[in-house]
Amino acid sequence: MSAPASLRPDLQMIADWVTPRSRVLDLGCGEGDLLAWLQAHKQVSAYGVDFDVNNVVRCVAANVNAIQGDLEAGLAEFEDQRFDHVVLSQTIQAMHNTEQILLEMLRVGREAIVTFPNFGYWENRWQILKGRMPVSDDMPYQWYNTPNIHWCMLGDFDALCAKNGLRVVERVVMTGGRRVHFLPNLRGSLAFYRVTRG
Amino acid sequence: MSSNASSVGIVSAQRALFDTPLPLAGGTVLPSYELVFETYGQLNAAGSNAILICHALSGHHHVAGRYSEDDKAAGWWDNMIGPGKPIDTNHFFVVGVNNLGGCHGSTGPSSIDPATGQPWGSRFPVVTVPDWVTAQARLADRLGVARWAAVIGGSLGGMQALQWAINYPDRVANALVIASAPKLSAQNIAFNDVARQAIITDPDFCGGDFYAQGTIPRRGLRLARMLGHITYLSDDGMGEKFGRMLRSGEYKFGYDVEFEIESYLRYQGDKFSDYFDANTYLLMTKALDYFDPAKDYDGDLVAALQRATASFMVASFTSDWRFSPERSRETVKALIAAGKRVSYAEIESVHGHDAFLMTDEPYMNLMRAYLQRVAKEVAA
Repeated sequence: MSAPASLRPDLQMIADWVTPRSRVLDLGCGEGDLLAWLQAHKQVSAYGVDFDVNNVVRCVAANVNAIQGDLEAGLAEFEDQRFDHVVLSQTIQAMHNTEQILLEMLRVGREAIVTFPNFGYWENRWQILKGRMPVSDDMPYQWYNTPNIHWCMLGDFDALCAKNGLRVVERVVMTGGRRVHFLPNLRGSLAFYRVTRG
Repeated sequence: MSSNASSVGIVSAQRALFDTPLPLAGGTVLPSYELVFETYGQLNAAGSNAILICHALSGHHHVAGRYSEDDKAAGWWDNMIGPGKPIDTNHFFVVGVNNLGGCHGSTGPSSIDPATGQPWGSRFPVVTVPDWVTAQARLADRLGVARWAAVIGGSLGGMQALQWAINYPDRVANALVIASAPKLSAQNIAFNDVARQAIITDPDFCGGDFYAQGTIPRRGLRLARMLGHITYLSDDGMGEKFGRMLRSGEYKFGYDVEFEIESYLRYQGDKFSDYFDANTYLLMTKALDYFDPAKDYDGDLVAALQRATASFMVASFTSDWRFSPERSRETVKALIAAGKRVSYAEIESVHGHDAFLMTDEPYMNLMRAYLQRVAKEVAA
């Protein structure tokens, strides 16, 4: 089965964190790009979850197991500690039950990999200073039609993890596909977290 | 493109006689039996491109194509099966079979019992989904199919696909379980029993031996079908199609047919009672009620599915309340817990349980995508 030769840089970042031959759950898996790549290159056994039936169809075509479901309702289809990695890529900011999904991820899996657009990125701050809500490549919506309802910055996510006794194993911040080390909460547009229980 | 471009065309049924006794789940043994079946497409040299279509309560072996040029009705899943259709006969050798106990040519209650020269009637044993699967496996042997590329079914047919994957793990590469359930709920069994009571209490049923009396329990069959039909449609779908429409436009203040829905149900009931065998109806509903592959594993469906090696596709329809999405999710959950490959789609549809026979676009796309993948596996 043909898998994409290269991944979008942010998905590649996630893929780099995945252990070969591990069990992976990708929440909001879209067309299955990440899982198809992981199956081909890291021989993982994986399931994706997506709300959109058309994405399920595309996953099926790409030989990716996909379960149609609503993440807001939790992960009832999955048993405790079934997975090594549970991925939530650029979706947490669009969820109502933000805290619940994070806990659900760590119920069904050993490690949660969460990515989100960093609201603290300087370009966002600059647009706010100019008097408008931020619109960018990572956040391409107007305030009135955005699905993104729970914005956060690095410190906010750290605080949510701390509140729930979760351990941040690793954090990477990127802008335009490049890693940012200096002043990440100001200079980073995308945040990547590896989180485990305590 | 002519309108026949994606039809399997003119087809005919075949028969296979099996004289190896078949031990049944109920404890009796069927000494010999016949199965009537149809095939479409060509079996490849490796025998690896065969697909079995399992039918539901009132289905049969005539799945696609027509018996003659002027045959008005095509097979019951003609929209799904044919050249260029989701179950593509350019790639697959497709087999449809009438199950044991049926009334479309396979040995059943209305067949002649060779031991007595009389119709089996009330003496025909109750058969179960595992019994059907065993009989189908013997047909597969006969056809030279060592392993099905896919076993596919909706409703009671989906139960057979699931049972196949459990009972013959080496003989099923893919199982497509559509609008089905891992076992019936109390409500579902209740509907079946009302239908059975309608038939059994019809004086023309004669305890199941009505053939000799020259009668048919039409009233019972008609009621059973009317009840069943209500449960196969959704409230919205029925409302959309019939609403409160009256045949004559005004109330008559009597008990004759007035609302279009009454007319429709009676028509469906009448039509059904003309061709369907009452004993077969009883038997099929019992097969549904008894289906519970987890029963042999202390009720643990995950344990039951552990032996399966197939990849699975499970699909349900949002407005199906007879076999609701929640029931399909039970199957999916158990498959995931058993570590099996499975995809699941919950198709938006107003067609209720009948949606598995319809052509809602995401459903057709899903079937096409999955089976194209199977075709690649077979060709590889």
